[in-house]
Parts: sequence; structure tokens; C-alpha cells
Amino acid sequence: MTAVTHHRDPLPWETEGVDRRDFVKVVTAAAVAVGIPFTAAEQMAEAAVAKKLKPSVVWLHFQECTGCTESLLRTSHPALSTLILDLVSLDYHETLLAAAGHQAEKCLEDTMKAHEGKYVLVIEGAIPVKEDGIYCKIGGRTALELANTVAAKAGAIIAIGSCASWGGIPSADPNPTGATGAPEVLKGKTVVTIPGCPANPYNLLGVVLQFATFGTLPALDELGRPKFAYGRTIHEHCPRRAHFDAGRFVQVFGDAGHREGWCLYKTGCKGPATHANCSVQHFGEVTDAWPIGIGHPCFGCTEKSLAFRAPLHSTVDIERPTPPDTYPPIAAPQGGISPLATGVAGALVGAGVAAGFMASRKMGAEPPAGGGPGGPEKEG
Amino acid sequence: MSRYAHLHAPVGGPLWSRPFRILVVVFVFCALFFVYRFAAGLGASTALNDGYPWGIWIAFDVVVGTALGCGGYAVALLVYILNKGTYHPLVRPALLTSALGYTMASIAIHFDVGRPWLLYRIPLFPAHWNFNSALFEVALCVMTYVAVLWLELSPAFMEKWSQGPAGFLRRTSEKAAPIVDKAMPWLIALGLLLPTMHQSSLGTVMLLTGQKLHPLWNTPLLPLLFLVSCLGMGYAVVVFESALSSGILGRRRETPMLASLAGVMVPVLAVFTLVRFVDLGLRGRLGLLGTFDLYTGMFVLETVLFLAPAFMLLSPKARNDAGNLFRASMIMILAGSVYRLDAYIVAFRPGDRFSYFPSFAELMVTLGVVALEVILYVVIVKYFPILSAPGAEAPARTARA
Repeated sequence: MTAVTHHRDPLPWETEGVDRRDFVKVVTAAAVAVGIPFTAAEQMAEAAVAKKLKPSVVWLHFQECTGCTESLLRTSHPALSTLILDLVSLDYHETLLAAAGHQAEKCLEDTMKAHEGKYVLVIEGAIPVKEDGIYCKIGGRTALELANTVAAKAGAIIAIGSCASWGGIPSADPNPTGATGAPEVLKGKTVVTIPGCPANPYNLLGVVLQFATFGTLPALDELGRPKFAYGRTIHEHCPRRAHFDAGRFVQVFGDAGHREGWCLYKTGCKGPATHANCSVQHFGEVTDAWPIGIGHPCFGCTEKSLAFRAPLHSTVDIERPTPPDTYPPIAAPQGGISPLATGVAGALVGAGVAAGFMASRKMGAEPPAGGGPGGPEKEG
Repeated sequence: MSRYAHLHAPVGGPLWSRPFRILVVVFVFCALFFVYRFAAGLGASTALNDGYPWGIWIAFDVVVGTALGCGGYAVALLVYILNKGTYHPLVRPALLTSALGYTMASIAIHFDVGRPWLLYRIPLFPAHWNFNSALFEVALCVMTYVAVLWLELSPAFMEKWSQGPAGFLRRTSEKAAPIVDKAMPWLIALGLLLPTMHQSSLGTVMLLTGQKLHPLWNTPLLPLLFLVSCLGMGYAVVVFESALSSGILGRRRETPMLASLAGVMVPVLAVFTLVRFVDLGLRGRLGLLGTFDLYTGMFVLETVLFLAPAFMLLSPKARNDAGNLFRASMIMILAGSVYRLDAYIVAFRPGDRFSYFPSFAELMVTLGVVALEVILYVVIVKYFPILSAPGAEAPARTARA
């Protein structure tokens, strides 16, 4: 048996790295994808090139399934390789780190020292707080301790995924480990939360790139969610919204309406109460790669009150169930033709014509006018 | 104008004749619907809908009503521009018909618009004027023209008041008469300009509806056709009104003058019909007449109505037959009215879902407005020198000097 020789052309960065042009393209695409204005996106890319700036990122894993990392691995604009090698300097990430054991621990310490007050801390997973946090330990330290230590020197803190944002699935009742979201543990610090199960990686990229370029964080709502992504509900931009408005609902999975792609509200869709941009920013640039896109109701993963709490197939309240009266109907009502009106109109026109004709007959019968006083006085 | 003052005299006689009393009863009944329209609103009182936002109040009261009020325009055109002084005795009655017709149209528009209490703003806020709006042009023109018409007619009132008992009216009349007299050439010029503008704009308004107007009516010449038809209707109204007042109010018959005026109508009618057919032919739309539907029917009816009076008045002998003359003018008025109602309602096709026929309340409001117009006409001609005085001869030759 001879060895099979795999031959392929080398990818650009394998030979000469990413050139400036490609880099700007990648950054701009990433920024625009999350709704950052094009000019600002360009600015970001140019700034990043000029300063050779690569924000240092420390990524901590706690109580989670690594699903957020998995979805990040599947982004292609930019590809993960571009992201972690060129856009950011991913200095510590337990899943992707080449180092292991003490080497890995040292890596974390070095990064915290070298980029003190500047590095970006990304927390993935909930932090158990029951019994001093003994339910999650890394390198002999509890998640609670690690989070507090690393966050103390971070320039920005981002909680990715529902677990890190508000507890997620580990915090589901009866929550034996006391799983808690990062904002609650790190009280007094600004924590950008990017909930989602998994979180859309582009929302993370948008935040990281803005921090890297401008040193600022995006506008946040009261739960620490960037408004550019979580300002509206799924329902507001749902591609199946027309079916909702027209009252075409899937009654049971697999019925005719389901196959036609009707609204999933009655099968328990939480879209009307869930704030997220899934309906406009699908996952991993695959069209329809999100629950409703593949025919499943939204389960409200970004909302603490819904995901893993509200039953999967129960319906939620809708803010505005019917359009307000002020919207004009498509077919405006209109009255018919009244028989009375037609009769009266006919009588009036007929009377006018008849009277006119009679008058003209009379005029014709009278002696032709020659100048003197004419017709008889008809007053009475 | 004072040169012609002796030509006119009030009709006099008792006001509350039986026909007048009937007229007042009709008006009072209709006035109940005036109240109903404002109390209940447009939706309840009219058959208007999203497809037909304009109904009989616009199509008849305003569009036909102002055309019927073009008697003053048509006669002034003859007397002042073409210098046909012969027709001067017809000026005042024609002006009165015009003033009343336009005033009634202005009243009727208040029933039709949704917020009539804001109409007064149109002349008062030049900064908000939209010069690209045909409808704005109509609105401002009609408002100005109503004022101009009453000013043109004001000498008739001032003649009466200046001979009346001493008081406010007499003092005002004596002071204002010379001013109005001086301004008269300008008023007459305005009175000729304004209808030329807005009568054609009434055509423009429907031209703007584009494909919604049936192709037999939709032509770039719509403004011209509206202008020509209003002239024809104007002459017809003068003939009609003069014949009627001589019949009912017992005035001197003016048949010779009317007969020669009717001679003017023939070319007007011919031009209208010719322009229509040539235009349809040049734009390749004559074939539409081969389809047998409502639109072809209405078009043929209009054409017959427009051509019939032209043939009826072709020979001088026929023109001197008072009965024939009256019938012809009546058909002429009918022709213009049908043309305008067609262009505004029948040939307007807003979509399959919509239909329109005026509601009973709409008809009553229109009838009330017409009744009010006739009441005012009778009152004014009885008390003021409008109609030609019995025995007075028209200064046919001197006017040319």
C-alpha cells in the first residue's frame, strides 16, 4: 500500500498571512453583520490595521456545554482562524488552548499581567455559588474565585450565552449548585451580556471589535444586553409574521400549516416575548439556521423568565394581539346603493326635464317675441 | 357701467308667491340634511368611500355648478373682449347667475371636505401655498372669483341703495360706487382670467388621476375640453335663464338677442366635439367606441347631447323660435353636466371593490343648495335692478363707439 498523497493549494494565510485588503474586508463584514454602520466598520478595520491592535482575550469556561464556543467555531465571516489569529489575540481559552496543565495556568497569569486593565474577559457558563462554589473547579480554584480574580483586572467583561448571562440551563429548578449569572456574581462591574443558547457569535464579534477600536462598549439595556441586537423581539421581524397577522397557525407539528411554514405561535413560540436578533441575523451565515427557520417554535433562550422555566409548548402573552383600530383595513367597508336615493335622483332629473320641456312648449306656443312686454305674469 | 344703468330695473311684485313658498319649504326640508351631515359626519350621511372620495357634492355642486356659473364669464368674453355691446343687457343677469352659482359651489365644498373649519386658511397663509397642486389652484381661484363676481355685480346693489333712505347703506354706496366704477376694468379683467384658469384646472384635476380615468375621457386635452364645455354651458345658461325669467317673471322677451347669442353656441359645440374626436383618433383610441359597455354608452350619449343643440340652432329661423331655443339650451346644459359628471364619477374607476351612488342625504343637500340658489335669485331680481327694464332698448350701436 502506498501512502495517499493529499495535495491541495495552500490557503493565503498559510503562505503569506492575511494582507491588509483581506483583513479590512473581513473586519468590515463582521461589523456590518451585527448592524454597526458601514463607515464605523471601516474605521474599525483601518484603526486595527494602523495600530496593529489585537485585543487580548481571556475566555473562561464554567458550568456549560461549550455550545457558544462551538457556534463561534462555525463562523465563516470571519472564519475562526482569522478571528483568533488576526483580529483578536485569544490568549487563554480552555477549549482551544494548545497548552495544558500548569502551562495553561501560567498562560492565564502572564496574560493578566501583560494586559492588565486592557484585556477582554469572556465568561462562558454559569458560576455555582452554593457551598462556596465547590461544584465547579479549574486548576484547584473555584469558578467563583477565578471569575472574581480575572474580572478584577479586565478592561471589559462579556458574559456569552444564557448560562453566563443569567444562569441558563444549570440554573433550572431545583438549581442544586446555585448556578448564577456573571452579572450577579460580579456586582458593581459592567458586564455585557450576550444571552442565547447558543449566543449568536456575531453579537460577540460586534462588541469585541467596538471595544478594540474605540475602547467603548455598545449601548446596553437594563439587563446588560447590547441594544443593537436585543432591542426588539423576535416577533417584530419574524419571517412568518405575515401568517400570524393573517391568523394562519400551525396547530400540531406536521400538519398542513406546518408544512406550509405558517406561524408557530400556537405550538409554543416565545418569539413575541423574546428579545433577540435571531430573526434577522441567522446563525453561521446559513440561511434559516435558527429555530423558527427550521420549523420549531422559538423557546425564548435569551429570556431568564422563559427559557428552561416556561414549558416548551405553552404560549406566551402577546403585547398587541390585534392591530389597533387606527390601521385602515385592506378592504374598506362601503355602503350599497340605496333604492330611495336612486328613486329620488330619477324623480328629480325626470321632473326637471319634463318641466323644462313643458316650459319650452309653452314658449313655442306664445306669439314670437318682438320687443314689447311678453309672457303673462304668473305670480299668485 | 352707469351708461347702462337705465337698462335694468327690479322686477318688483309680491315676494311670497306660491312657487316661492314651495321653494322655501323644499329648502327647509333639505336644510335638515345640512344639519345631519355635520352632526353625523361624512361616513353616516354620504355613500362616499375610499375609492370614491368625491361624490355628487363635488361632481355636481362644484364642477357642474361652477360651469353653470360661467354665464358671466361667457357673456363678458363676448361683450368686453369681442366688444359685442349688443349683449350688454345680458351681463347683469349672467353675473348674478355666476355669483350665485359660484357662491353655492363654495358653500357646497364645506359639506364635502372633512375639516371645513380650516378652509379659511387657504387665502390667508401664502407661505403654505403649494403651487404644484391643481386643486389648490382651483380653490384659490374660485375663492377670488366669488369676491370678484360680487364686486362686479355690486353697482346693481349700490344703485338701489343710493336711492334708498339715508343711512349706512346709502352712505357706503355713495362712497364706494366711484371706487368700484374705477376698479371695474380690472375686476372685469380678473373676472375673465380666473375662470379661464380654474375651469381648465378642473380638467387637470381628473387628468391627474391617470389610469383611473377611462381612456375615452383621459386625454391631455382634458383642461381644454373643460374650458370649452364651460363656455358652451355658460351661453346656454344665459339663454335658459333669460327665457325662463321672461316666462315666469313676466319680463320682456329677449328672443332676437338670445337667438344671435345662440348662434355663438353652434361653433363652440362643434369645436368641442371635433377636438374630442380628433384627439381620440390621433391617439388611436377611437376603437374603444367599438366596445359596447357603459363607457361607450355614456360617450355616445354625451356626443348626441352636444351635437343635438348645434343642429337645432343651425338655421336662423330655428334660432328665433323661442321654444326651440329654450329646448336647445336645456339640452346644452344637460350635455355639459353629463360630460362633467362622467369625467368625475362615471368614467372614474378606482377599483373593482368600489361603487358609488349618492345617498339620499347627499341628494337632499344638493337639492337644498340648488333651492337656496333659486331663492336668492328670485329675491335679488325682485328687489334689485338686475333684469333688463321693460321697454328699454339695448344700445346696440352706441356700445361699439
